[in-house]
Amino acid sequence: MTTTTGTGLGPRALARQRRRASVARFWRQYRSERAGLYGLTALALCALLALFAPLFVGSDVSSVTDAPGRPMQSPSAEFPLGTDQFGRDLLGLVIWGSRVSLLVGLLAAVLSVAIGTLIGVTAGHFKGWYATVMMRITDWFLVMPTLVLAIALATVMSRSLTTTVVAIGVTTWPTTARLVRAQTLAVETRPYIERARALGGGHWHIMSRHVLPNVMPLVLAQTTLIISSAILAEATLAFLGLGDPTVVSWGGLLQDAREAGAVSAGDWWYLVPPGIAIAVVALAFTLCGRAVESVLNPRLGVSR
Amino acid sequence: MTADATPALVEDKHAAAGPRVRKASAYPRYLAGKVAGAAVSLLAVLVTSFFLFRLIPGDPVKTMTGGRQVSAEQLAAYREEFGLDLPLWRQFTDYCGKALTGDFGTSYQFRAPVVDKITEALPNTLLLTGTAFVLYTALGIFLGTRSAWRHGKLGDRVNTGLALTLYSIPSFWLGLLLIIVLAVGIGPIPGMFPTGGMESGGKEGFAYVVDVAHHLVLPVVTLVAVEYGQTLLVTRSALLDEMGSDYLTTARAKGLRDDLVRRRHAVPNALLPTVTLIFINLGRTVAGVILVETVFSWPGLGGLFYQALSVPDLPLVQGLFFVFAAAVIVMNTLADLVYPLLDPRVAR
Repeated sequence: MTTTTGTGLGPRALARQRRRASVARFWRQYRSERAGLYGLTALALCALLALFAPLFVGSDVSSVTDAPGRPMQSPSAEFPLGTDQFGRDLLGLVIWGSRVSLLVGLLAAVLSVAIGTLIGVTAGHFKGWYATVMMRITDWFLVMPTLVLAIALATVMSRSLTTTVVAIGVTTWPTTARLVRAQTLAVETRPYIERARALGGGHWHIMSRHVLPNVMPLVLAQTTLIISSAILAEATLAFLGLGDPTVVSWGGLLQDAREAGAVSAGDWWYLVPPGIAIAVVALAFTLCGRAVESVLNPRLGVSR
Repeated sequence: MTADATPALVEDKHAAAGPRVRKASAYPRYLAGKVAGAAVSLLAVLVTSFFLFRLIPGDPVKTMTGGRQVSAEQLAAYREEFGLDLPLWRQFTDYCGKALTGDFGTSYQFRAPVVDKITEALPNTLLLTGTAFVLYTALGIFLGTRSAWRHGKLGDRVNTGLALTLYSIPSFWLGLLLIIVLAVGIGPIPGMFPTGGMESGGKEGFAYVVDVAHHLVLPVVTLVAVEYGQTLLVTRSALLDEMGSDYLTTARAKGLRDDLVRRRHAVPNALLPTVTLIFINLGRTVAGVILVETVFSWPGLGGLFYQALSVPDLPLVQGLFFVFAAAVIVMNTLADLVYPLLDPRVAR
């Protein structure tokens, strides 16, 4: 950290300038990752589609009572993806489902990364018994089969979107906690932390002003990767009938299809679209996460 | 990773760490530490499995009687039979005491000991996961090696792209699609494989083996497709880490053929990080098989777990939860134990 204010700028303006410069550098490097750009483009399209879904499909798309078509019609000009067992338009349902799948994936990942960052930073900052206890708990969660634990939690709680978010968030944080803790330990050995402490900076000041900005890039990469597994987990829980039955999601559509007998009837057009949607979004987030990771840590060599 | 540390440097570190005698005794202590840690984890899992599933709303006795008209005396008799009339702490101590002797109680829905149900289903799950595990590990290592050796080329890009894509596909969806296309059959494609289950029944001897293998194809293909990507990526990046090493240049300078340099020198070193992953994957596959078994009605632990959850059949769910978590813990511990034997730098 430099202390020169020779340009006549105040410390705040200087910090802002530096931050802008590093964002610009990050974006320059990110642009050279071709797979990452594909992922980002796909994500932007999906996000726009989900945001503006109410413009293409009415909110009554999931209504069972006044469905527009006859049950289980195969794709036609009127219904490009066919209809489900209630005669609802599948294209509309898949578009509408993107809202829930993306929302749950994002929220669950944010919850998971928030828990992981909180525990990682504090366990790295406060040494002694607190860190020992926290890392024991982390290790314990780490050995638990994530999916089994999430299924168990979703079974125990009532069927709602909150349940799904909590079940995924609470079971996937340990890897983040470990990564963030390692990074915190590395940051805390640097001299400027000692300087801040000598100047009277408290625990909160050091953690929020010095450690957190340094672990943020790592947290960003981790969030992107976790969103992709959270979306898969959401689909899995919904498919097992543990999601909120009142909303439309991609996993829920697959469960509906299976219960309607689409598998044994060979109605592939009912099953294919929601699955492709899940795979595209999960893949896009994975590609973005890997690109961010290799920009931040070229030694990982994931995309060399 | 100190992947590029030369052997001489490693020797120096040993010399600095102390006399050679101490090194010989390091492994047993390391082993004892890891085993003790695993035992603590197993106990923690036991405790969790008890309390977690007590939170399920609803009266298990009511579920058992399935809404039939039952007198109050009968309900009380049921409660006594399953020990549900005791206070929670007594249920807990009973549960732990019995679990330590391998008794997980009686299943509500099957009226049979949980242990019997689990041992009945376990071989089926092991057959499925074992076959898939061998195939996806071999495939992942083989393709990962090839990919790293020609990194940046078209073949590598196709390989990693395909692996990442399959890795992003929900396993149950892939399973359903395979059933539709290859078991039910669409258009000109006839149904070639059974839609589910493990056997058609009424077969014996060799015909039985063929029949089970026939049923095994689709679930195994599903598992392999969604799992091999991770092994491929780890093998690939581990090998890429090794590629710049001096000893490979030396080997090539000696005049060894490219293929020999790869097989004898680079791959054995690069496989070290993969070994850890292989064990952890095996544990995860056992737990992750819930979906594939449900989709293919495979009579294994995963299908049983799904059935037990929908009741909910507390003792069975508890027992299965314990088995799944134990599988992961045991596999992690095995990875910890094997690793220092392969890479002596770890167990100092």
